[in-house]
Amino acid sequence: MIDTTTQSGAGVGDTAADRARVRAYQSCGDGVCGIEANNLTVIYRNGNVALENANFAIPTSTICALVGINGSGKSTLFKAIMGFVPLSFGDVSILGRPAGKALARNTVAYVPQNEEVDWNFPVLVEDVVMMGRYGHMGLLRIASKIDHTKVDIALERVGMTAYRKRQIGELSGGQKKRVFLARALAQEGEVILLDEPFTGVDVNSEDAIIELLRSLRDDGHVILVSTHNLGSVPQFCDQVILINRTVLDFGETETVFTQKNLHRAFGGTLRFHVLTGHDLHDDDDPRQVTVISDDERPVVLYGDDANNGEENTKGDDASQQP
Amino acid sequence: MNWFTEPFQYEFMQQALAIGVTVAVPAAVMSCLLVLRGWSLMGDAVSHAVLPGIVVAHILGLPMLLGAFISGMLCAVATGYLTEHSRLKEDTVMGVVFSGMFALGIVLFSYVRTNLHMDHVLFGNLLGLSWNDILQTGVITIFVLVVFLVRRRDILVFAFDPQHAGVIGINTRHMQYGLLTLLSLVIVASIKAVGIILVIAVLIAPGAISFLLTDRFERMLFVAIIVSVLSAVLGILGSYHIDSAPAPTIVVLLTVLFIAAFLFAPKRGILRQLKPDQQNIATVESASTD
Ligand SMILES: Nc1ncnc2c1ncn2[C@@H]1O[C@H](COP(=O)(O)OP(=O)(O)OP(=O)(O)O)[C@@H](O)[C@H]1O
Ligand SMILES: [Mg+2]
Repeated sequence: MIDTTTQSGAGVGDTAADRARVRAYQSCGDGVCGIEANNLTVIYRNGNVALENANFAIPTSTICALVGINGSGKSTLFKAIMGFVPLSFGDVSILGRPAGKALARNTVAYVPQNEEVDWNFPVLVEDVVMMGRYGHMGLLRIASKIDHTKVDIALERVGMTAYRKRQIGELSGGQKKRVFLARALAQEGEVILLDEPFTGVDVNSEDAIIELLRSLRDDGHVILVSTHNLGSVPQFCDQVILINRTVLDFGETETVFTQKNLHRAFGGTLRFHVLTGHDLHDDDDPRQVTVISDDERPVVLYGDDANNGEENTKGDDASQQP
Repeated sequence: MNWFTEPFQYEFMQQALAIGVTVAVPAAVMSCLLVLRGWSLMGDAVSHAVLPGIVVAHILGLPMLLGAFISGMLCAVATGYLTEHSRLKEDTVMGVVFSGMFALGIVLFSYVRTNLHMDHVLFGNLLGLSWNDILQTGVITIFVLVVFLVRRRDILVFAFDPQHAGVIGINTRHMQYGLLTLLSLVIVASIKAVGIILVIAVLIAPGAISFLLTDRFERMLFVAIIVSVLSAVLGILGSYHIDSAPAPTIVVLLTVLFIAAFLFAPKRGILRQLKPDQQNIATVESASTD
């Protein structure tokens, strides 16, 4: 896929921004990135600087996690990519094109946070999924046979076929998520943005969603997922962007998703539990287990010193590489 | 049968019926948008804000509809601009803009002596219109209806999920101002019939009633149109028989229908929510074979 960025090595004196800029070139070797941001700055009308000089690049065929505390700018970053907030400075490109042009070509699919949707709206599950096809239709949005088939397939893939005639408010939290996921599938956008797809979702649905994202990744899609579910990040994300008002670090999960970096991203808000020495081993093995949790699944790091970036990162299943 | 046919011996009743129905249809369609998009206050604002336009047009001898339209759009655009360039919320800005414009209209009206009847402007004059008025209203109405129905799917996406509308290439800014234009047109077309004060009722009630009764956008549009036309026809007839003003009679009927829908709607009515019945539970179970 892409070269690992390990050798960029982060010299001690470098600022995060400098490192980010260097890596931006490394991680998209052939010139076309999935999503690339340069000096992205978003200032809301009330003067609130939500993002400042954010730089990152996500290659194609990648699942990338967007991790940060509440208010760190995750949703803002999504909105900036979709052109929903004006950029005060900097630019975003999607598959090598300026974001605006990419949007006009129906390349981006967006799965909103549950709270952003009006669940009383008079639309059925299948109507929502059909909206994913609108970008492929003419001005009058008249569905062709292909559109109907793609909707059927998308509903089937997320296991929502039985609910297709339900009004969207009459679903559970996990089912609601799956409807919008089906819409993204039907849309066939090369880039899929998911804002906290795992909140209010049980482990079964979560695994089903992860499975689906993996298969989309294997089809070449670029997937950016914001999540508070730190434990599942090493399990299914190839890359990670750590964000707090700016991009703190980004790149391969193994190099970026370290205890030290998580400390920087979350400050004191994470719960750390370190088990060492006699609690863990009968001999005097110096390795320790570090359990870090935000609010959901904890992340478990095991190794000599969880700070040095060489630890084993374990999620629920050991095989994280495709 | 006499109850229905007798009033229509008179031309003014025929005209009242014609304009009532002409206005009822686009108002119903628009009301669905207002209810779903949360634009009810916007409807109220634009309808009040047309007043200074009407008075100025009257002074200058221009068509009243033109003055009303320009002034209504000014309110919508000013609200959008001020919201984007200040930290105030939209409803606050709207409240300031429309009450200011309405007050300006009243001041202008009392300052320049005209033969304009303020009560006709405020409460409509369904019984005093000419065929020419009806024609003008009809042209506007048909334009709005055609545009709305042809673009209804985009309007649906825009109302439901503007971010998705954006990512599939719909220009949401154009959509926003396009819809505000349609809204202003409907209001302008309705004002001669129902007046500034009551126009908001025909612009909200049909959509609100229909929202309680339906689960799908296109059905919602359809039911809203039926409700709206039905209340217009029955309201006009009823007002003849009980000798009341037609526009308020229509609005009273709509309100009664709304209360009925609120109580008895098959799925969302209050009564239904108090005792869930067997059939509903059965369908839930059969659907959950996942
Ligand atoms: N419309 C807005 N106007 C002004 N400030 C805003 C607006 N939306 C968000 N913000 C601010 O921008 C910052 C980033 O918000 P954002 O919604 O992007 O956070 P987030 O990372 O998605 O948080 P969460 O984890 O709670 O979803 C916050 O400080 C927030 O208060
Ligand atoms: Mg958010």
